[in-house]
Amino acid sequence: MRGDAVFPAVTFLAALAIIALMLLIVYQMTIVALPSLERFGAGFLTGTTWDAVTEEFGALPAIFGTIVTSLLALLIAVPLSIGAAIFLTELAPSPVGNVVSFLVELLAAIPSVVYGIWGLFVLVPLVRDPLQRVLGDYLGFLPLFQGPRFGVGVLSAGIILAIMILPLVTATTRDIIRMVPSTQKEAMLALGATKWETIWRAVLPYGRSGIVGAIILGLGRALGETMAVTMVIGNAFKISPSLFAPGQTMASQIASEFAEATSDLYISALIEIGLVLLGISLLVNIMARLLVWRATRGVGGRLKT
Amino acid sequence: MIKSSPLPTGVTVPVRDEERKVSNGGVQEGLVSIGLNAWYGRLLAIRNINIHFEPKHVTAIIGPSGCGKSTLIRCFNRLHETVPGARVSGQVLLDGKDIYSPGTDPVQLRRRIGMVFQRPNPFPTMSIFDNVATGIKLNGGMKGSRLAEIVERSLRHAALWDEVKDKLRNTGTDLSGGQQQRLCIARALAVEPEVLLMDEPCSALDPIATMKIEDLIRSLRETYMIVIVTHNMQQAARVSDFTGFMLAAEDRAGELIEFGPTPQMFTNPKDKRTEDYITGRFG
Repeated sequence: MRGDAVFPAVTFLAALAIIALMLLIVYQMTIVALPSLERFGAGFLTGTTWDAVTEEFGALPAIFGTIVTSLLALLIAVPLSIGAAIFLTELAPSPVGNVVSFLVELLAAIPSVVYGIWGLFVLVPLVRDPLQRVLGDYLGFLPLFQGPRFGVGVLSAGIILAIMILPLVTATTRDIIRMVPSTQKEAMLALGATKWETIWRAVLPYGRSGIVGAIILGLGRALGETMAVTMVIGNAFKISPSLFAPGQTMASQIASEFAEATSDLYISALIEIGLVLLGISLLVNIMARLLVWRATRGVGGRLKT
Repeated sequence: MIKSSPLPTGVTVPVRDEERKVSNGGVQEGLVSIGLNAWYGRLLAIRNINIHFEPKHVTAIIGPSGCGKSTLIRCFNRLHETVPGARVSGQVLLDGKDIYSPGTDPVQLRRRIGMVFQRPNPFPTMSIFDNVATGIKLNGGMKGSRLAEIVERSLRHAALWDEVKDKLRNTGTDLSGGQQQRLCIARALAVEPEVLLMDEPCSALDPIATMKIEDLIRSLRETYMIVIVTHNMQQAARVSDFTGFMLAAEDRAGELIEFGPTPQMFTNPKDKRTEDYITGRFG
């Protein structure tokens, strides 16, 4: 009897501790970031200089790099993920689907640093040649594909991010598609739709808000991904229109410079980048969770009977 | 998709005399099943069904839950085989041609045989107009006024036009359950099928909505061959010209026990089991 009284209290405290920890992190980071917040104000978000000597710090190139690499990752990963999810749920015979599903989820278990080392030694040389050679030779008239072909840079970072968010987006989309009622598919089939038309006109529209949620979930993951990106992005603090150029993301900026940050203001500025990243990630993740949660609850259907 | 398997023997199934009658050069009009069996994996769901549906008539399939009546009509538009592990043996002839012959494309077939489901299942992301237009768009499509004409005609046929004509662009899921079901009927009618299969179309509806659907069935009889599955015997008596009674055998496989004109089935059934079911002794 006594155990039953204590147990809920203990678990409640554990749950409370997580929330408290979260608040504590934000509070502590804000305290440390205060000097930078006071010194640069809103200009921190639009400044393009990052100079430890003159103690002039602006985060725009890092924010820009984060957005570009993340969008590039989505561009590559989303079609692949949706295609894979459709195959796994609607087309693959169930033993095949189960094995492939398992392998896809296994991808998510690979540590970030392993992706990074693979990226550096396998992906980057392949990006340099043939990818950048072909893109540069044939589409070189676009600013996107101009400049020296290092291999390391925004393009490589985007590709490695795409590979890393693939399992998350695929698995979530797969679960969303599984939630689509069979009566929806049968209604479309019974009208004389092919399998493809059934997926395109009934299954995907029914699950669309959930699939958007899955994509945003992938975006959230890509925004904050640090280790692998730091290893392949080239760590150059500048805004370049070219995907071939080395760049920086908010996460890679912190990771690559934290050890050498000596002055208080330098540390403060890095922490402020962290705060910005935390804020963006939180917003993106909340939005994604809400969409996925609504869809898997069946609100997407809104069927009255 | 037909896989040969020995037909179960020793099962006698009452067959209507008309079924053996062959007219116009050996082609039987309507929908005929011969020795039809359907499985879910290893489970035999219906056994040796021989039945004949005539054009411009309503045929009701009645029987207790789990007797295979839904499975039976899902064999007629080849929807049964879309369930993993499900298969069919035997023949189903539509105007004399076997719909299970290797040359038959199930997608094309389903445009000739429409279906209405147990629960209203409009497409929630589409407007009322687009719900009805979907089938036409699948068929290669047409645009503009011609499409609007067909949508209006289908909605009128389904006795829904007056209720929705001012809100065709609204989503179909805002309608009441009965309206949604009539929307689904309009959707099925839009592709001008020859046969309309209805799988317990009123089981999720209230009595007034049910009455409207039944009126609709009676009026659609002028144009279509209708097969309606129902667990509601009064409904079968009210709307159908012929009635088939199905019952699960001891191995759970559904069999057609008796088939005949509806008045005869309800007043003077030949089989004791039919009589027991109709008089409410079980089921």
